[in-house]
Amino acid sequence: MIAFLAVWEVVPRLGLVDRVFLPPFSEVLAAWWQLAVSGELGEHLGASLVRALGGLVLAVVVAIPLGIALGWYRPVAEALNPLLEIFRNTAALALLPVFVLLLGLGESSKIALVMFACSWPILLNTASAVRTVDPLLVRSARSLGFGAGAVFRKVVLPSTVPTLFTGVRLAAAVSLLVLVAAEMAGANAGLGYLITAAQFNVEVPQMYAGILTISLLGLAINQLLVVLERRVSRWRPATG
Amino acid sequence: MSSSIRFEHVARRFPGREAGAPPVTALDDLDLEVAAGELVTLVGPSGCGKSTLLDLVAGLSSPSSGRVLVDDREVTGPGLDRGVVFQQYALLPWRTARANVELGLEANGTPRRERAERAREYLDLVGLAGFERHYPHELSGGMTQRVAIARSLAFDPAVLLMDEPFAALDAQTRETLQDELLRIWGRTGKTILFITHGIDEAVYLGRRVAVLTARPGRVKGIVEVGDLPRGDPDTDVRSSPEFARARHRVWTSLRGETKRQGEHADRGARPVKAETQHDRTQEARVDQHA
Repeated sequence: MIAFLAVWEVVPRLGLVDRVFLPPFSEVLAAWWQLAVSGELGEHLGASLVRALGGLVLAVVVAIPLGIALGWYRPVAEALNPLLEIFRNTAALALLPVFVLLLGLGESSKIALVMFACSWPILLNTASAVRTVDPLLVRSARSLGFGAGAVFRKVVLPSTVPTLFTGVRLAAAVSLLVLVAAEMAGANAGLGYLITAAQFNVEVPQMYAGILTISLLGLAINQLLVVLERRVSRWRPATG
Repeated sequence: MSSSIRFEHVARRFPGREAGAPPVTALDDLDLEVAAGELVTLVGPSGCGKSTLLDLVAGLSSPSSGRVLVDDREVTGPGLDRGVVFQQYALLPWRTARANVELGLEANGTPRRERAERAREYLDLVGLAGFERHYPHELSGGMTQRVAIARSLAFDPAVLLMDEPFAALDAQTRETLQDELLRIWGRTGKTILFITHGIDEAVYLGRRVAVLTARPGRVKGIVEVGDLPRGDPDTDVRSSPEFARARHRVWTSLRGETKRQGEHADRGARPVKAETQHDRTQEARVDQHA
């Protein structure tokens, strides 16, 4: 990591690449600091966070129950599967114009797009988690006289948690990806907008500062989810 | 508290694998009686429907014809008058040993505080005092199965059904747990139906050993083992002449069956074991949606 930053710092200084297009890391850092102090960065970060988290939370709220239903009622899953496959394999960004047409250029189209893109990993992971619950555990719970509802609560739901978390983590990564692209395509705030605007105005250090912020944000969100996941799955043997 | 188990002309058929295939008969016209407080072991060639039979008593599936009675009442579904110990432990990995034992007590609505107390008491009974807060992955195979036994005893069922519970353990742990089981049986006086494919285990544990025929399973014969000085740490029961005689009788009875099954297989019949597993996963799937 440090070596990478060192190379970034040294290579432009030595003139190996044009420092207009790749300024040394220290200059990027300075630009980042300036953006942060002026409050501009906070504003863009805030706009992006609201959209990304809004979309992600909506996806979690909608996709988890749907995924559970899909995993639990096999005939439903079989009936819907071809349709789901088509949607899942349609690049979310290809649908951006559709969302813009339907919901306008404002916040709602971006949040809806993020939600759409985030729903698939969550939906499919939840459904497969429910479907692959150890049948022996279900049998054993049934032998204790638990009804379907109790078996679901005590066995199926808890055993889906790890896979479900994987889905949410994937979705979080997707949310940033899709959002930044959407903001680049058309917005007046947000990190994606910051990057394109900086590029447009040839404020190259500012552009890199925006990219850096997105990387850090992605890392932070992932780390948060990892910690959360560890907390709710303390019962599992330690994994990497 | 204990109850008798009675099978009356029990048959169980599964639908054929492909549409239009003839149904598979796992059990046919099976009669067996286990007296209250008795420990009966059941041996049979693999795929003879041993586990199917246990599912019927547990109420997880119902016979195609005939009746299964526990304490003179027909079995119509699962219930806490019967406790099942499965081969692969079947503990919930996200629950501690104590919380796993409490599971059965949650089913019968025992108040929370009493649940914790009872769980501790039964973990103590199976020799796991001090391991209440361990998760299954932190326990060895033998300890895990002890937890499973504690769970099945904690709600005080009249009948304990055990489906090859020690098959996955190493020889030494298995012998220890066999003695533990005899001790627990002596202390609790439960009716125990113990399924195994090990002849030694069957003879060592059972006062009577029921030998099943190859598919379709029915009771071929019952070997009376009688009283051996089991559980006595100073006697090597397994090398006594009484044990050898009983073992030989079970072996001879079983030998005919495995031979018969072997001939079947040679004639190109489908592998019986694979079929059972197929049937049971299919069943489990259906059950999930019920």
